[in-house]
Amino acid sequence: MTLYGWLFIGPLILGILAFQGIPVVVSIYTSFTNWDGITTPKFLGFGNYARMFTKDPQYWRTLLNTIEFTVGVIPLTIIGALLLAVLCNGKGKVSNAVFRTAYFTPYVTSIVAIGLVWSQLFTPSGVLNQLLAKIGIDGPSWLTDVHWAMPAVILVSAWQAIGYPMVIFLAGLQNIPETLHEAAKVDGANSWNRFLRVTLPLLTPQIFFVLITQIIASFQVFALIFVMTKGGPGTATTVYIYYLYQNGFTFGDLGFASAMAWILFLIIGLVTFAQLRLQRRWVFYND
Amino acid sequence: MSTEAQLAPPKAIPAPSAADAHAARFVARGARWIFMLVLAIAFATPLLWMLATSLKSETDLSAHTLSLIPQHFVWSNYGQAFTAISPFLWNSVQLAVINVVGVLVISSIAAYAFARLEFAGRDIAFFFVLATAIIPSIVLLIPQYIIFQRIGWVDTQLPLWVPRVMTPVFGTFLLRQAFMGLPRELDDAAKIDGVSIFGIYWRILLPQVRPAVAAVAVFTFIESWNDLFGPLIFINSTNLATLPLALAQFSGQYFSTTTLLMAASAISILPVIVVFLLAQRYFVQGIAASGLR
Repeated sequence: MTLYGWLFIGPLILGILAFQGIPVVVSIYTSFTNWDGITTPKFLGFGNYARMFTKDPQYWRTLLNTIEFTVGVIPLTIIGALLLAVLCNGKGKVSNAVFRTAYFTPYVTSIVAIGLVWSQLFTPSGVLNQLLAKIGIDGPSWLTDVHWAMPAVILVSAWQAIGYPMVIFLAGLQNIPETLHEAAKVDGANSWNRFLRVTLPLLTPQIFFVLITQIIASFQVFALIFVMTKGGPGTATTVYIYYLYQNGFTFGDLGFASAMAWILFLIIGLVTFAQLRLQRRWVFYND
Repeated sequence: MSTEAQLAPPKAIPAPSAADAHAARFVARGARWIFMLVLAIAFATPLLWMLATSLKSETDLSAHTLSLIPQHFVWSNYGQAFTAISPFLWNSVQLAVINVVGVLVISSIAAYAFARLEFAGRDIAFFFVLATAIIPSIVLLIPQYIIFQRIGWVDTQLPLWVPRVMTPVFGTFLLRQAFMGLPRELDDAAKIDGVSIFGIYWRILLPQVRPAVAAVAVFTFIESWNDLFGPLIFINSTNLATLPLALAQFSGQYFSTTTLLMAASAISILPVIVVFLLAQRYFVQGIAASGLR
């Protein structure tokens, strides 16, 4: 049996060793060197890490941009998804399915295609500004405006990603026993109070899960930025992975890029760990 | 909210107040429905605009940018866009098929072993597999690039499917859950009938977990189809470019006009939308299962 067992999981285990195990070792080593992938690497010790935090103001800029992106996109996605889930959880089966599909489609759609479409909508004389002109607002040049490029990509990212948390919330809503709502109604709670005191607490496990996965995802945003702004204008939308990509594959500094990747791993790990510690304070498990 | 409508009194001989309440509920439901409709349309507008633009002429587009209905339907946009992107489309199709088949083969047999076979080291091995999920893919991509450069894989299609096919952690997890949900009697009865260990997996259990297989297939297809970062770093030759890479990098060279670019974008998302609509049930179940502990 042991033979069969290992034979069946063998390809997976070998794959993980070859394409994750060895790369992890290579990556740790590379992060301590100045490797460009061609010439012989020189050992730098913690040089790359020190450079990141002390000699590279651009690094801090991108870290702040990433935090700005995350802080913008997370509430928009979660509150929006909650609203849509509650709206789609009604009685009309067919209409709900249609609405659900409409909200979910962007999530499965290629980010490149989405980025190309929205770039067209955001051009100075594009759809958005023509609509704004109709109500007398002189729209900015969005993606080439230092102040508006980040809000623009945040909006598109939330629009694209909202379907995933919505489906998770819908599954959570459907797990809430009807009797709890009935009981609250008998006690005279109106629908807003029922949402606040019955639905929301029982949905906290799903909100917690979405919060963790979405923060991890938004720290790694790349494709949308690559297609819509290329990190610009200037460095206004240069987020972490975009800067990492530039370092590794435009400037050929694979050592520095590897060090950046490990710090990102550390940041994500710490944020996730903190959330796991804090969950006792607000996540309510009904079992 | 919506349960109120259900509890409304039968309309036989309503007292005036009950009739008012009934009307109020009717209006509330209608308002909610209209609100949802407006929201859904606003949500769908960017993609509808892409579709409309892909069928317009350039003059139509500049004269009526906002219109969601073309004045004349210029179907030839699609012919032109298709000709331009068909090599990349073909690359993406090939990779998607290899990735889906490969991921299903490797993850389903590993999942079966983890769920059904008792063997030394199984639980440690499963923990090891799950533990790899905490490493962000970007950490692995740079060293993979270094290694693949050494062994001559850069600028071939290999980096775009071998690593994905060989490390299907999420698929293994989802399929293991599905196998564990099946009754043990299935295996026991088959064993008595003399079915081999592989036969139990292939003929008895695998057909029972089709929804989970479908979910893994759809996830893998969408991931493979939409991937940008992998092709961006591993592919240099234009003839090996995938559709997202080609659209992101050479859209300016291939498409001088917005209408053609939108037609190409529409073609690129069509397969995903079709797959998603066909398998929406399994896809949504897969996501919901991952969120419900």
